[in-house]
Amino acid sequence: MITFLQQLINGISQGSAYALIALGYTMVYGVLRLINFAHSDVYMFGAFMGYYIANNRTFQARMGTSLFSAMVVMLLAMVLSAGLGIIIERFAYRPGRTKTRFTLAFWLGVLGAAFGDLLGHSFAAVVGGALAGIAVGVVGELAGFRPVQQDTRLGLLIIAIGVSLFLENGGQLVFGADPKLFPEILPSKSLNIGPLNLDSPKLIVLGVSIVLMILLNVVVNYTKTGKAMRAVSFNVDAAKLMGINTDRIIAATFAMGSALAAAGGILVSLLYPKIEPLMGVNPGLKAFVAAVLGGIGNIPGAMVGGLVLGMAEVMAVWLGSSTYRDAIAFVVLILILLFKPEGIMGKGLVEKV
Amino acid sequence: MRKAIFWIAAVLILAGLQTQLVGWIGAYYYKIVILAGINIILAVSLNLINGITGQFSIGHAGFYAIGAYTSASLVHYGESAIRGTVAFLPRFGQDTVLLLLGILVAAIAAGLAGVAVGIPSLRLRGDYLAIVTLGFGEIIRVLILNIDAIGGARGFSDIPPLSNFFFFWVFLFVLMTVGTIHNLVNSSYGRAFISIRDDEIAAEAMGVDTTRFKVLSFVISSMFAGIGGSLFGHYTAYLNPNSFTFVTSFYLIIMIVVGGLGSIGGSILGAILVTVILEAFRSLSEFRLVGFSILLVLVMIYRPQGLMGSRGMFKFKRRAAVAK
Repeated sequence: MITFLQQLINGISQGSAYALIALGYTMVYGVLRLINFAHSDVYMFGAFMGYYIANNRTFQARMGTSLFSAMVVMLLAMVLSAGLGIIIERFAYRPGRTKTRFTLAFWLGVLGAAFGDLLGHSFAAVVGGALAGIAVGVVGELAGFRPVQQDTRLGLLIIAIGVSLFLENGGQLVFGADPKLFPEILPSKSLNIGPLNLDSPKLIVLGVSIVLMILLNVVVNYTKTGKAMRAVSFNVDAAKLMGINTDRIIAATFAMGSALAAAGGILVSLLYPKIEPLMGVNPGLKAFVAAVLGGIGNIPGAMVGGLVLGMAEVMAVWLGSSTYRDAIAFVVLILILLFKPEGIMGKGLVEKV
Repeated sequence: MRKAIFWIAAVLILAGLQTQLVGWIGAYYYKIVILAGINIILAVSLNLINGITGQFSIGHAGFYAIGAYTSASLVHYGESAIRGTVAFLPRFGQDTVLLLLGILVAAIAAGLAGVAVGIPSLRLRGDYLAIVTLGFGEIIRVLILNIDAIGGARGFSDIPPLSNFFFFWVFLFVLMTVGTIHNLVNSSYGRAFISIRDDEIAAEAMGVDTTRFKVLSFVISSMFAGIGGSLFGHYTAYLNPNSFTFVTSFYLIIMIVVGGLGSIGGSILGAILVTVILEAFRSLSEFRLVGFSILLVLVMIYRPQGLMGSRGMFKFKRRAAVAK
């Protein structure tokens, strides 16, 4: 019984981290009908931003280690990741909807920067490469290269896969491929209630997740942006006709989802402090399963799905073998898709001709 | 008659090339040619599901893994028994029997897995099917990781290579794969596949048994993936579960999309291009994959129909809208 309770606690804290990542998947799916594979790498990016901010000398000297400084680390990382989310949306997904400008310049600039790094390994080389790439991109655009309208969702999905590969490999280039130890931004205290062990990280993960989810619910249900978001996910074209700036709302959705993913990244790093550029792949896939489990496109569903999945995993590992841990999520996924494809909280869709 | 002549000529030419190729291009390029051949088998077979039948599978690496491991374990554990049965043949003949038997069993095992995945595709469409195939691929990988008899996480080593003529075998099967799928697409079966892709509901209304054809396309495609896996296992003589992650499936999708979904010629071109690009820039370490992924994004933004469009080497018209 005690072990069961202990596993329950572990499952809830693991599950709330999945839920935070799952929210980003489900929100983006809601507005774009796109499985945003790059989301798991935004989660990685968030954890790395937390790592760099917390290890920054001036930051440490100013802030020390306290609850407040941990919150600042997290908020800064969330803001930076939200920025990354907006950039991804603007330069990778939006060109398929509207023929946005400067797409070529952006990507060639990044390519040039990476190439400059390859040649020179110096700041000047990187900047020079980036400028050269941007120049080529601008010239190309003046010569008439414009993005093509994506008429299949498959195309966007491939772009998402490409962006995900780009962030993973770019992460290895910029952050280094070797694992890093996430700093203890909070003094870890072990709380024991009887034989039950409640580490402070576990409680914090749970507490912060709950606060963020309540915040998200307030934003989605009680603000104008949230209302517009719901409208866009209900019907993009109708929303546009009602005067909603859909591009802005989609960008806002990406920003919010990415910020939540960054929060998830930092919270998980409190539990398991090893971070590396590929750390997002597995939690990302599982969070996605959680989103489907709860009913994709459905925000409360993602929370429920995350918790259910976290518990299922922890319990299955407790009762069975830990080596099958990674398969459990997918078995759950296939079962739910076979028997209730719309998910726990989702509404069934009627197919129209 | 023309077919017989084609195959005899193909065998002779491939055998002739086999004797000369290493001498001409060296062992390193020879290896790349073989890997490109295996990728062509995988890409063309995946194209049958994704490009021609219009379903979306991102778990092709799972079938590939099943083929590779089935064939490898059959030959590893059954080698002496099978050699005993065909002891009247010379050594070379025994090896060939073993290799072909391995390929056959790999194709059957992967085909059965295709049935297992095809069944959920009866109920699921689009993204959901994609997720199930992704999950299936990962489950296969985790299972392999946990079976100690085939090496688990250590990898499966000591797979008997069985042949020194891999160029011959790989490209013989490349021809068979391309030929089969090309003929299939141009048969009444192919019309049914394409009708499902273009409009599933209309196809059903016209009397196409969509369920049957969807499962069929999964089974045929996974059988060829199994053959590719079998050849890969015997060629490298070592298998590791890490070669069969969903990233492998992603690369296969990149091949067929860059080449042009639905175009067999495009899949061949895409497979060769991706293999060669990834290999050519190997010395550039991390930059290689960064550049590759940026190029992929740019290709998709500026030319989403792929390099060959929908036609290419084997023509057939294709409507613009596939997924709804």
